[in-house]
Amino acid sequence: MSDASFDPAAPLTPSGNLRRRRAFSRFAEYGATAAALAAVGVLGIVVFAVVVHGASALSLDFLFQGAPNGIGPELVGTAEIVAIGTLIAAPIGILVAVYLTEFGTGRLASWIKLTLDLMNGLPSIIVGLFVFGLIVEATHKQSGFAAAVALAIIMLPIVARGTVEILLLVPSNLREAADALGVSRWRSVLGVILPSAIGGILTSTVLAVARAAGETAPLLLLSSVYDPSRVSLNPFEALPNIPTTIFRLSEEASPEGFTQAWGAGFVLLTFIMITSIGARILLARTRSKMAQ
Amino acid sequence: MSNFDSREFSQAVAATPHRVRIQTGPLSDAGPSGGKLWEGPIEAVFDAQGVSVFYGSKQALHGVNLRIERSRITALIGPSGCGKSTFLRSLNRMNDPVPGFRLEGQVLYHGHDLYASNVDEVEVRRRIGMVFQKPNPFPKSIYDNVAWAPRNLGLKHGLDERVEKALRGAALWDEVKDRLKDSALGLSGGQQQRLCIARAIAIEPDVLLLDEPASALDPIATASIEDLMHSLKGRFTIVIVTHNMQQAARVADRTAFFGLEATAGEPSGTLIECADTETIFSDPADPRTRDYVTGRFG
Repeated sequence: MSDASFDPAAPLTPSGNLRRRRAFSRFAEYGATAAALAAVGVLGIVVFAVVVHGASALSLDFLFQGAPNGIGPELVGTAEIVAIGTLIAAPIGILVAVYLTEFGTGRLASWIKLTLDLMNGLPSIIVGLFVFGLIVEATHKQSGFAAAVALAIIMLPIVARGTVEILLLVPSNLREAADALGVSRWRSVLGVILPSAIGGILTSTVLAVARAAGETAPLLLLSSVYDPSRVSLNPFEALPNIPTTIFRLSEEASPEGFTQAWGAGFVLLTFIMITSIGARILLARTRSKMAQ
Repeated sequence: MSNFDSREFSQAVAATPHRVRIQTGPLSDAGPSGGKLWEGPIEAVFDAQGVSVFYGSKQALHGVNLRIERSRITALIGPSGCGKSTFLRSLNRMNDPVPGFRLEGQVLYHGHDLYASNVDEVEVRRRIGMVFQKPNPFPKSIYDNVAWAPRNLGLKHGLDERVEKALRGAALWDEVKDRLKDSALGLSGGQQQRLCIARAIAIEPDVLLLDEPASALDPIATASIEDLMHSLKGRFTIVIVTHNMQQAARVADRTAFFGLEATAGEPSGTLIECADTETIFSDPADPRTRDYVTGRFG
């Protein structure tokens, strides 16, 4: 027995408090949409400001010459530091992820996951201080290598977490198939599991690169006393780099310095945007491939 | 085990003076059993003795005593949830990673306790291969799917011949010989499943365990898998779990019927009876088997 308080035969227009509930629901929907648009707007304003101020500084000389005309040595130095950092962080991060998804179980694994999350939230200035004590104090000089180690610490949890997520997407029946062939787990990891996840692993590495390329605090401590007029290929001395240069130029309080800082910011932002967007496209393609 | 067919069991035991003979050398066409299936005493490959399986506190299987004979096809049938797949997966230790998995009793494989502490599960699976319900080819080429395990096991000599032989053995060679480098994921479901069988036999295991290998396939692909099983008979000892009773009747020499039985209040799976397939389908000893195979329950 239904005790319907409405007339089932009435026209299907809103009745009772539906009008009020509708209005409230619409209000919430508009609020959420506005918040989302505001986030996009903030990014838009930042990008717009950087482009407006920085584009005028751009020229071939600016990209390829050293100080005072350009940021060529900084571009090379940042590339070196990030590359070394990636070479350190990526293999370790991938191995951590392999441990977490293929071997680790129980309490140790969940502790490691928690550690990765904490590492991800570690203030980069603290990482910089740590590496300063570890390497710069011991060797009595700043170096690109020290900066790379700091960036590696920042990249490691990003690579590991991203790789864990992608390895969890590898269908478990592939692991079963490999197990059932009497092949040891490590061989399965190398031969089946990592190859099927390679796109996603590359993506998390690229995202980590994008994050690390703009890190400034550790570089101020570890690789800031350099000669910006020449390219250096020796990672065991302080390497010119873009974040420190932006900081230094902004502090000069001269119009040319500001313009150059905006220009360097434009270059850095362009690099980070392109790598991030590229990584996400790659990730989407990997996911849809793995979902088949 | 009150419902176990004791006649059958004692006959089988009596017929098997060498229950703990150890297999030597790889099984191949020219192997010790080639073409002489019905002569002499039939050796047990597996001998399950009082096997009970638990997942945590839940009992999935209790008191299974089952001999699985060499070079024959044994079908495990029964309703859902009666522990057929659990039993099958216990035969090559695929249940080991399942959290809370525990096995009581003994599973003897050529006389060796599969769950003894010195047994390496990777070695177990190298000898006892498995094909799963859903085709699960690796996202590699057709050739690499078959060649991957032999390569990793150090069987690199004559790899091309080995791959061809496995694909021929799985009745897939003619369909794929011109596109061995193509991705295995481009094959149809039935072809993928035959590829998985080829992959399993490429390392020449002793036993093939098939867990409902045709349940995800259409009738035509199913028929080709069944034909394939007939052609593999004799080369391998085959244990197949199937929901499809006609399939069991068509392919199996021996059929084991699993059912649910209440022990200590909670129902868990157990072996009701095991006999020659003909006997199970025409004159089963247990009324529950009769009800199931005639479609009155299940």
